[in-house]
Amino acid sequence: MDILGTVVRLALRGLMAYKARSLLTMLGIIIGIGAVIVMISVGRGANASIQKQISDLGANMLMVYSGSTKKGGVKGGYGSKPTLRAGDAQAIARECPAVAEVTHITLRSSQVVAGEKNWNTTVYGTTSSYPLVRDWPMEQGEFLTSQHLRSASNVAVLGATVVKNLFAPGEAALGGKIRINNVPFTVIGVLASKGSDPHGRDQDDALFVPYTTFSRKLHGRRLPGVVNVIALSARSKRLVPEAKREVEELLRQKHRIAPGAEDDFSVRALDEYAQMADKTMDIMTILLTSVAAISLVVGGIGIMNIMLVSVTERTREIGIRMAVGARERDVLIQFLTEAMTMSVLGGVLGTLLGVGVAKAVGWATGWMSPIDVDAILLATLFSAGVGVFFGYYPARQASRMDLIEALRYE
Amino acid sequence: MDAPVIRFAGVSRTYPMEGELVEALRSIDLEIMQGELMAIMGPSGSGKSTMMHIAGLLDTLSRGRYELEGEDVSSLTKNQRADIRNRRIGFIFQSFNLLARCSALENVELPMLYHRPGVAERRERALAALEAVGMADRAQHLPRQLSGGQQQRVAVARALVNRPALILADEPTGNLDTRTGREIIRLLSSLHEQGITVVLVTHDPEVGRAMRRRVFLRDGLLERDEAA
Repeated sequence: MDILGTVVRLALRGLMAYKARSLLTMLGIIIGIGAVIVMISVGRGANASIQKQISDLGANMLMVYSGSTKKGGVKGGYGSKPTLRAGDAQAIARECPAVAEVTHITLRSSQVVAGEKNWNTTVYGTTSSYPLVRDWPMEQGEFLTSQHLRSASNVAVLGATVVKNLFAPGEAALGGKIRINNVPFTVIGVLASKGSDPHGRDQDDALFVPYTTFSRKLHGRRLPGVVNVIALSARSKRLVPEAKREVEELLRQKHRIAPGAEDDFSVRALDEYAQMADKTMDIMTILLTSVAAISLVVGGIGIMNIMLVSVTERTREIGIRMAVGARERDVLIQFLTEAMTMSVLGGVLGTLLGVGVAKAVGWATGWMSPIDVDAILLATLFSAGVGVFFGYYPARQASRMDLIEALRYE
Repeated sequence: MDAPVIRFAGVSRTYPMEGELVEALRSIDLEIMQGELMAIMGPSGSGKSTMMHIAGLLDTLSRGRYELEGEDVSSLTKNQRADIRNRRIGFIFQSFNLLARCSALENVELPMLYHRPGVAERRERALAALEAVGMADRAQHLPRQLSGGQQQRVAVARALVNRPALILADEPTGNLDTRTGREIIRLLSSLHEQGITVVLVTHDPEVGRAMRRRVFLRDGLLERDEAA
């Protein structure tokens, strides 16, 4: 062990004697390992953040959109054809066992006024189960009740962004009076802040009223009972595909769609987004890993190159060591240790660099970028491996050197 | 006297050079006894360096038989030769051959690195060896901070440190001025007085005269063997 200590000490002394050269040689490893660390931690941070946003939308949530219109071969997008009704939502709640909660939404952008302030936001006409489907807790007060729905009360629940824009800081929103399209409403609740959705839209910029009030007093729809979206939650994550199948079957039957004909609605599960994000992540990981691997190979070749130069420069030293009794193995170990010292030192510096960059990225983006002990361990082992792999050839050259020639070398 | 330290019987060494075989040594017979102080002399190209390389197991022989302390070492593996060099032979070179980045002490410790005594013993023995050549106060100096004579003293300490039976010196005074050269010769003579066999290669007649025995080589042949 103390022999190894001596060898490592000598190797470090050798590196210090040529600081610039050693640093340049290690740069490939530093960048390679740094890239691996940044990739792993930022990648995981980004993925965790996306997954959190998706689960924030509502756990196990599915959305039903109405189908597309078709006029003379021109197809509108999803939701352009008014095929979904409140009755569909009620039927789903009654008849689909895999479904936990169902709500439906009708929405329109409107100007909202409170005292001297006003704000344009999206007004949602919905049901009492909306926060259950979305898994969205209250900050203050309560959400719409079935009593409010039955009597089409003029009550509203506000998102955090709407509160911020209509009420002064410190002013109580709860019980406040607001007007939507000149119709007076009383604020009965404020939702907890949910932040942005995966598309970057502010989910807190929303105002909720009973759907009965919405259609009777705010926007008398041309087609009463028609809704934009039905949102529902499956009983568990595992039951999401089952819930999707049940809903599709029920709606095809209810909408009298002939076998083989196209659906006039579409059901989308949010975990499809999660899977998509995972897939994107996987591709990114493969991409960055190959870049890192290439960088490590290039770094390793750099080390091999410098070690070959070093072996030639130190021919005399090798001769002296052999003359006083170094065996082939001793010389091999010495040069292998030097290569490894260089690559491991590069790995350590690369790890520090990577951790620094990952922290900076985490700080700038607000993602939690966990620094993985695994990743650091892996990086260190990997750099040691690079040292052994690329150091072996020069070290073998050194150990096979002809003693007499080496002693004569000038 | 018991068995000779070195016994050459018909030792030959040939090198291939530009397609031809060059005979550096031709069937040398020679015995060097325990405790001798001897010079191998001859003009350059006479084969005296080759003879020393073979005696020191730095090189192998082409034909013949070489016994070191009664043991046949004519055909050993590289690693076996390294072990014998390490434990039983000390080398002193013309150009000192110290490691430039290591202190005097570390240079003296070098042979023990391959012999594996513990750190403490290594240090102790290296310091004792430096003490013996009068260099203990320079233990932490790097070779470039030492004069030529001082460097050669450190090299002598390195040769001594594993308590070898045989010390081989290749032109040990070649890079030194006359006065410093004489000091080194005196140092080697004093080792001889302690019972160590010292063989040196030189072409300097004055150095030769200071030895107890001189062998002269010419064209790879043993020309003359004279004892004082």
